[in-house]
Amino acid sequence: MSNEKLVDYDDAVKRYDPVIGIEVHVELGTRTKMFDGAEQGFGAPANTQVTPISLGLPGTLPVTNGKAVEYAIRIGLALNCQIAEVCRFARKHYFYPDIPKNFQTSQSDEPIAFDGHLDVELEDGTMFRVEIERAHMEEDAGKNTHVGGADGRIHGADYSLVDYNRSGIPLVEIVTKPILGAGERAPEVARAYVQTLRDIFRALEVSEARMERGNVRADINVSLRPTPDSPLGTRSETKNVNSFRSIEKAVRYEVSRHAAILDAGNKVPQETRHFHEEDGTTSSGRPKSDADDYRYFPEPDLVPVAPSRQWVEDIRAALPELPAARRRRLHDAWGFADAEMRDVVNAGALDLIDATVAAETTPAAARKWWMGELSRVAKQADVALDELAITPAQVGELQSLIDAKRINDKIARQVIDGVLAGEGDPAAVVEARGLEIVSDDGPLLAAIDETLAAQPDIVEKVRGGNLGPIGAIIGAVMKATKGQADAGRVRELIIERIGA
Amino acid sequence: MSTISCDEVARVAALARIDLTDEEVAKFAGELDVIVESVARVSKVATLDVPATSHPLPLTNVFRDDVPEPSLPIDDVLAAAPESQDGKFVVAQILGEE
Amino acid sequence: MTDLTCLSAAALADGLAAGEYTSVDVTQAHLNRIADVEPAIHAFLHVSAEEALAAARETDAKRAAGQKMAPLAGVPIAIKDLVVTKGLPTTAASKILEGWIPPYDATIIERIKAAGLPILGKTNLDEFAMGSSTEHSAFGPTRNPWDLGRIPGGSGGGSAAAVAAFEAPLAIGTDTGGSIRQPGAVTGTVGVKPTYGSISRYGCIAMASSLDQAGPVTRTVLDAALLHELLGGHDPRDSTSLNEPLPPLVAAAKQGASGDLTGVRVGVVKEMHGEGYQPGVEARFNEAVAQMQAAGAEVIEVSCPHFPYAFDAYYLIMPAEVSSNLAKFDGMRFGLRVEPREGPITAERVMSATRGAGFGPEVKRRIILGTYALGAGHFDEYYGAAQRVRTLIQRDFAEAYAQVDVLVSPTAPTTAFRFGEKVDDLMAMYLNDVATIPANLAGVPGISVPAGLSDDAMPVGFQILAPAKADDRLYRVGAALETLLERQWGAPLLTQAPAL
Repeated sequence: MSNEKLVDYDDAVKRYDPVIGIEVHVELGTRTKMFDGAEQGFGAPANTQVTPISLGLPGTLPVTNGKAVEYAIRIGLALNCQIAEVCRFARKHYFYPDIPKNFQTSQSDEPIAFDGHLDVELEDGTMFRVEIERAHMEEDAGKNTHVGGADGRIHGADYSLVDYNRSGIPLVEIVTKPILGAGERAPEVARAYVQTLRDIFRALEVSEARMERGNVRADINVSLRPTPDSPLGTRSETKNVNSFRSIEKAVRYEVSRHAAILDAGNKVPQETRHFHEEDGTTSSGRPKSDADDYRYFPEPDLVPVAPSRQWVEDIRAALPELPAARRRRLHDAWGFADAEMRDVVNAGALDLIDATVAAETTPAAARKWWMGELSRVAKQADVALDELAITPAQVGELQSLIDAKRINDKIARQVIDGVLAGEGDPAAVVEARGLEIVSDDGPLLAAIDETLAAQPDIVEKVRGGNLGPIGAIIGAVMKATKGQADAGRVRELIIERIGA
Repeated sequence: MSTISCDEVARVAALARIDLTDEEVAKFAGELDVIVESVARVSKVATLDVPATSHPLPLTNVFRDDVPEPSLPIDDVLAAAPESQDGKFVVAQILGEE
Repeated sequence: MTDLTCLSAAALADGLAAGEYTSVDVTQAHLNRIADVEPAIHAFLHVSAEEALAAARETDAKRAAGQKMAPLAGVPIAIKDLVVTKGLPTTAASKILEGWIPPYDATIIERIKAAGLPILGKTNLDEFAMGSSTEHSAFGPTRNPWDLGRIPGGSGGGSAAAVAAFEAPLAIGTDTGGSIRQPGAVTGTVGVKPTYGSISRYGCIAMASSLDQAGPVTRTVLDAALLHELLGGHDPRDSTSLNEPLPPLVAAAKQGASGDLTGVRVGVVKEMHGEGYQPGVEARFNEAVAQMQAAGAEVIEVSCPHFPYAFDAYYLIMPAEVSSNLAKFDGMRFGLRVEPREGPITAERVMSATRGAGFGPEVKRRIILGTYALGAGHFDEYYGAAQRVRTLIQRDFAEAYAQVDVLVSPTAPTTAFRFGEKVDDLMAMYLNDVATIPANLAGVPGISVPAGLSDDAMPVGFQILAPAKADDRLYRVGAALETLLERQWGAPLLTQAPAL
């Protein structure tokens, strides 16, 4: 547990203006690595996705993956960036066992995309514009695993194991300009920004963008200044914050920590920080030092990338609809209220409802199921909506059974239980469980007559024009038919029978 | 007289991850003056209006298709490793990691 | 039977095709010669007798079976130990790589094997190709077959000496600032630095990537053309490889062999002879130019005013790239690993100890120089300025080639010096490359052909430079000069070398 001095967050943001900056790394979902033909994919045994190039063996040379360049341009265009006419790769030098060449091939002052922006929707529907400084291409590092020192090595020292499967996987790094004006909402802006990026990566089909696999990683810069008119303060850079919740926590923590340092009249040291998932704190990494003299120079083994304007326009024309535009389109098409739409988005139900509507269900019905009964089930089971064992097509089928009056809403819940229990599609569940509502009027009329005979006083009232008590009769009939009757039809038949 | 100090050489050697003896540091400090002299001559002719040439021949857009090739067999991967364990390279403790 | 080691590669290829002898005969003859003279010369770091004979047997079997053979099939070759050979030790003449057995072949090695040339072994060089004498090899110097008390040039002294001593008819060199041409000059052999990108660099351990180029080391111009055609052509593994066919090189050499130079415009570079050049070198150069004029060439003096700055630019660019390319030698994945003698064992301290112990003084010197030059705040003033000089040198070449077809100069300012003579005089050592460096900076091709003996009875080299991608001109003019001079001498220059 950290023993840093902290100022209460709400107090801190009353007295200081937080400024954040975010660097997001996304691993591209190409089949092969950035500069060599080694296959990439999650979960392969250690060092089985490596060529001599991924290992940086003497004599090897890089060759750029054209698909990765295309993906980088896609991302740049989606973030409203300019695409460079010419840009080069550069070598960024630092010695580290997971960097096989002891330099990372990256882009220093010549990013492929620059000067963009992204409009981010906050939870209450406010739009916040984040300015993008640049998006550049680079390669990922290998992975170190640390092993404890209880095995009798010299001084009982710990040691590390290195796996180079990840070494060379294409990355695009997206760097914001300082995000000003977020005020107390800085943590929310940070989270929403990364979440929006994640959705864009998926829509663009450039990455699976799974945070938990490290496909998307964020470094969060935070600084405070007394007022929005003051010059920027010294920032800290919290590395590898890898979940949406953690992003909010990291910003909050750093704001509280900086405020305490500034309150005490001290200077915030410029340093990198490590984020601790378990308690939401950060701890000091290393100060900026000589080791940050990266000695960039243009990578002589790679030639410049000069995307023709035709190529860029072709990529632009083929861009899929982006999440924000799609949300606007669906919002209009579905006619939901603003608050309803926001709830749908926040619940992660947008895709599910869209797919359910595609299965010929009305938007209102689709929303009713996903935001109602299915949300309740998901919450109970503590899983995401899209992790439920029911597909939009099955929800669509469920609704069509209702529309055909073969089941009613109440029975539908039992059908959902059956589908979730793996009993098959809704129609099969209805069949197997014998849930089909009685639609033949014969047995219904028998049940109605029986009920009416037992309640002559109510019948009188209804005949007299007071339809209020009819509900009691319907309820009794439904009970007699064990709920398997169509309530609407029961009502019709009762009125017909009584002759009201 | 050397314009590059021994401290500077030691700093650069640390950056380049090379252990040097004190004798080597002193020797290189003197020899590195060659670079200072070169810079003086070069900067006289290489005025900023001259564009830089980073690649001898002007090629652009050399791309590879996104088609996988086989991995090196794991035995070949680790054959040259000074030390390995569980299919991975063994290295000494890495400073600066949690 | 003639001594098979005295024949040119072209003659051997003819004899093999005619069935006069087998590749096993030729290979064994060279292995015998190696066994005889190696104790005196030390051209090889590793002799691969078994593998060479196995390859020879395979080639003989294919020929016997009537298969179509490559022009040089069956002619053995020696490989500079900077080129990666699968299964054969590859050291770059450095302790840091001692014992490394690569798991892959360089592209040029693949081509050599596919064409059926037995590989005799790996030749000596200055460590990582840094030097002009092989005195910087970690495994002891190579001696010049003309005078065992003198250096064979460098860095490719091993390849040049092996060819000059008739240990191999063909060899591979690499040329970053003259490492093929200068050893060729001082051993009375032919060395070609092709146009940058003409021959794949994949698998050639990088010294300075934007300058390095592999090429042929032979005794005749025709042999060099034959080998260049075998090695050259596009390689998708090298991004800087030219994606266009080679000009017809062998045809150009055959055309030149007539000795006729009618209509060829030859430019004598004012800045590349005269002051600083040994009188005997200058005399042989001028005589050769006169011979060319007599054979119909139009000789013009041209000025390349920025060539005097090439040396300075080279000594900024080369170490910078060296410091980067040699970062990967860190004791983590391959090669030497040295633990620090005292203090904690950490990865970074193991790297420093390994590099401190594994690199020789010249390599360390250049890494330190390059690291300094690329360091924070220096880039524009150092590497950036040197790259601007590079542009000026390219412009000088362009202007010169507007007037002439080829440029000529002595290859090196002096003949081979004695061991130890210059090892402590950095400037004198570096100045060996003064005439060869401009071609590397501009990426243009150059050849060194023997021009006779200086007053000290040591060989003098004559350098011919051509525009980028016009390597055929080297062979046309080089073969003509070879014919003209051999007519004068009555025999190839190497026949004048003392017996070993």
